[in-house]
Amino acid sequence: MVNEHNILPLTLREITVKRRGKHILGPVSLTLQGKGISVVVGPNGSGKTTLLRAMHGLDRISAGHKAWAVSDAQAHAAQSFVFQAPIMMRRTVRDNIAYPLVLRGVNRRDARAAADVWAARVGLGSAVLRAATVLSGGEKQKLALARALVTAPQVLFLDEPCANLDGHATQEIEAILHAACADGTRVVMSTHDLGQARRLADEVLFVHAGQVVEILPAAVFFAGPASAQAAAFLNGDLVL
Amino acid sequence: MSDIADGFATAARLVVSLDPELIEITLRSLHVTLSATAVASVIGLPLGAWLAITRFPGRRYVIALLNALMGLPPVVVGLIVYIMLSRSGPFGVLGLLFTPTAMIIAQVIIITPLVASVAHQAMRELWADYHDLLISLHASRRQRIATLVWDGRRTLLTAQLAGFGRGIGEVGAIMIVGGNIDNATRVLTSAISLETGRGEFALALALGFILIGLAVVVNLCIHVLSRTEQGSRW
Repeated sequence: MVNEHNILPLTLREITVKRRGKHILGPVSLTLQGKGISVVVGPNGSGKTTLLRAMHGLDRISAGHKAWAVSDAQAHAAQSFVFQAPIMMRRTVRDNIAYPLVLRGVNRRDARAAADVWAARVGLGSAVLRAATVLSGGEKQKLALARALVTAPQVLFLDEPCANLDGHATQEIEAILHAACADGTRVVMSTHDLGQARRLADEVLFVHAGQVVEILPAAVFFAGPASAQAAAFLNGDLVL
Repeated sequence: MSDIADGFATAARLVVSLDPELIEITLRSLHVTLSATAVASVIGLPLGAWLAITRFPGRRYVIALLNALMGLPPVVVGLIVYIMLSRSGPFGVLGLLFTPTAMIIAQVIIITPLVASVAHQAMRELWADYHDLLISLHASRRQRIATLVWDGRRTLLTAQLAGFGRGIGEVGAIMIVGGNIDNATRVLTSAISLETGRGEFALALALGFILIGLAVVVNLCIHVLSRTEQGSRW
C-alpha cells in the first residue's frame, strides 16, 4: 500500500449505461475522493447496483467518460467488489480467500497464510478448512469480505452486503467495514436499509431513476435533503 | 434361456480360473479405452471450458457441431482412420494400422466430442456462477479456464465417465483399425463379435457379462476415489 499511487479520485463525466437498448443509468457525473464510507441509497430499481458496477468496471459504459487517477490496470488491482449474493467458489474457506492472491501470482503457501489471517479477522478462523458452499448466509458474506480485503484494496465496493442477513451478522459486517475504513480503505456501498446508512455513512449518494440526485455529507442529508424525492424516501413514502 | 445360464456359468469359470486369454484381452480393452479417455480429457475438458467462457461469431454453430459429433458413427470413424493409416495413406509410414495405438486414435476421435460437450454443459453452469467474481478479479482467460476445470472437476468426471462408457463398449471402429488379431489387437468387444459369429454363444455371453462388470467396477472405483457422493453439493 505504502508505495502505491493513490488511485483516487475517480471521475465520472456524463456516464450512461444501457442494457439491450434500455436506459439504466445516467447521465451521471461525480468525483469520488477523500476518505470514509460513501453509501448509495435509493428505491429499488433506481440504479444503485448499476452505478457501483459501472464504477468498478463490471458494466460497460455506453457513453461518457470514466477515469481513475492512475491507469486502468493499476486502478483495477487496487479495488475489490462484494456482491449482494456472495459468490462462493467450490473450495475451502481458506482457498476462497487466498484465490485473489493466487491469481496475482503470490505463491500458494503465502496466499494461504494471508487467507488464514483474514479468516481469523472476520471470525471464520475455525472454519478455514470447511467447504465454502455449506456456510450460512452471514458467514458467506464475511468470507466474501475477507476475500475482497485480502488484496488490501484502496477502494472497496459493496452491493447491499447485508441484504437478507440477521442483526448479528449485519453488526459483524459493519464492524469489519469500520475497521477497513480505519485502515484507509475507501468504502462505497449501496443499501436500502436507511438505518444502516445512518450508522455507516460519511457521505450519502441518493440515486433515483438512474440519476444521482444528491451527494451530501451524511449529517446534512439526514438532517434535511435538498430534493423532494430524497425527503419522500427518508419519510418512508414510495418514491415514483 | 439356457444360453444365458450357460453364459453366466462360463463367465464365472473364466473369472475364477483367471483365464490368461481373458485377462489379456480385458487388460487390452482397459488399456485402449483408458488411454483414449485420458487423451480425450486433455483435449475435451479445456475445450468445453473454453467454449463456455468465450464469445465469438459462430460459437453456437461450433457447439451444435460438437453436439452432432457426439453421434459420430464409430464404423465411419474406423474407416477414415483406416484409410489414413493404411500403407498408401498419409500416415502409412508410421506403420500403426492393426496396433492398439490405431485403436486408441480411433477412440479418441469418437470420445472427444462427447467429453467436450458434456464438459461444456457443466462449465456453462459453473461459469454463470463465477462470472462476476472472475471478471471483478481480472482473471486472465487461462486462469478462468483453469479455475473452472479445477472447481468443476467432480462434474467433469461425469464427462470422462461418459467418454469411457462409450469407448469400452465400442466395436465398430476398433474392429476395422485393429483387425481383431489374436494376441495383438483383440479386445472384449471384438472377441464377443467373433465368438457370436462362430456360434459360441455361451462364451460370447460370458465375455459380455465380464465387459458389463468391468464398466461397473471402473465407474465405482472412480466414484469411490473421487468421493463424488461426499461433500454434498460439490
